[in-house]
Amino acid sequence: MILEGLRYQESHEWIKVEGNVGLIGISDFAQHTLGSIVFIELPKVGQTLKKGDTFGAVESVKAASDLYMPVSGKVIEINESLEDTPEAINDDAYANWILKVELSNPEELNSLLDSKQYEPFTEE
Amino acid sequence: MKYTALYEKHLSLNAKMIEYAGFEMPLQYKGISEEHLAVRHQFGIFDVSHMGEFLIEGKDALPFVNYLITNTILENFEKVTYSLMCDENGFVVDDLLVYPINHEKILLVVNAGNTEKDFDWVVKQTKKFDVKAINASIEYSQIAIQGPQSIDKIKEIIGEDVTDLKFMTYRFVKILGEDVIVSRTGYTGEDGFEVYGPHHIVTHIWDKTIEAGAQPCGLGARDTLRFEANLPLYGHEISETINPIEAGLGFAVKLDKDFIGKEALALYKQDPKRKIVGLELLERNIPRADYEVYHHDEVIGHVTTGYLLPEVETPLALVLIDKLYSELGTLLHVKIRNKLVLGRIRNRKFYDKNYKK
Repeated sequence: MILEGLRYQESHEWIKVEGNVGLIGISDFAQHTLGSIVFIELPKVGQTLKKGDTFGAVESVKAASDLYMPVSGKVIEINESLEDTPEAINDDAYANWILKVELSNPEELNSLLDSKQYEPFTEE
Repeated sequence: MKYTALYEKHLSLNAKMIEYAGFEMPLQYKGISEEHLAVRHQFGIFDVSHMGEFLIEGKDALPFVNYLITNTILENFEKVTYSLMCDENGFVVDDLLVYPINHEKILLVVNAGNTEKDFDWVVKQTKKFDVKAINASIEYSQIAIQGPQSIDKIKEIIGEDVTDLKFMTYRFVKILGEDVIVSRTGYTGEDGFEVYGPHHIVTHIWDKTIEAGAQPCGLGARDTLRFEANLPLYGHEISETINPIEAGLGFAVKLDKDFIGKEALALYKQDPKRKIVGLELLERNIPRADYEVYHHDEVIGHVTTGYLLPEVETPLALVLIDKLYSELGTLLHVKIRNKLVLGRIRNRKFYDKNYKK
């Protein structure tokens, strides 16, 4: 399932932009491929990250998968509830955002994929 | 790509398949955690037909195997022995199970990923003995039925009561007119059985075990279970660069007999440099294989296997480190994604094994 209206990147993160703020999470395809998520490593609030930087990781029993920033910006909030219940991402990957950033270069959004363009990256 | 006789069964059970040691194998069916817990609390079945089977036949079968491996095989044709075979430097060629069938016939069960390498090695060692080595891997299917309920169910599954077998013993059972090896062994830390035999018989036993309510389990749960039970995996706790003393497998190395690698291991034992110990992280994260282990600023070893296991709060690891820092309670760091995460050395007993002694 790919939600319309979001921007995606090939490494399976999505971003939903409202004004100058972006919510970032991982796609339904990513959670499905990973299987039951048992741990998530979150960045720190206040951290400044560049597009392409690793901002954390999601891990199943078997494997760790790094998370990459789809845009540059400053972390203004993290979804702390995921520290205790990372499996919420398995239940709904789009409702359970991972972090909220203040975009420092909104033009970077143009380089991301829309839902149609992302689709080929979810074919197994 | 190679396929086991149970390949179609895995597909019909919707297994997530992966390539492992050249075989298309099930990684998981329902989920690694669910399968892990089914084995701990009920019972599960694993297809392990990818394992290699060699027959050593001839007059010198017993002395040959005793020269080949680090453990000692006695003339006890019911006993299963865990052993290692090492090269001249004491490094591990593979670990294996040994089933002496009679004075002139011994079955060796080796790791799938090492089968070809092992067979070359074994054949090379036969020169001075009156034996021949036969790679019978393609003739055997193998399944493991593991977990507390396997004891109540085994008679219904194979049609014969074998619950008198003690841990690490075996016998032949006739099933559908064929001789099948049933052994009280496993790689999960749980009581249970392993069955070796012709493909169609083992496939029949697979069906009966599923009918009896066993959870099919893949390689994912096989690894979490063996890790929790502190059982080594080739390529992780033992390898061509790790010897059995370092791995804590000295119990399977009998220095009172002659075998390949004896001198090197006897020498190493006098002054061991490295050791595998247990480690628990003091914060939530997952220490995975190959992550570096630090004492202050210095790298002193690496994680051989690590998991955040089902029903266990603390992330656990086995780490191969410089012996100087291996004392219980020592605080060390594991480097996880460029972050040093604090851990403490603990014993390797992550789980109390449930074997029938």
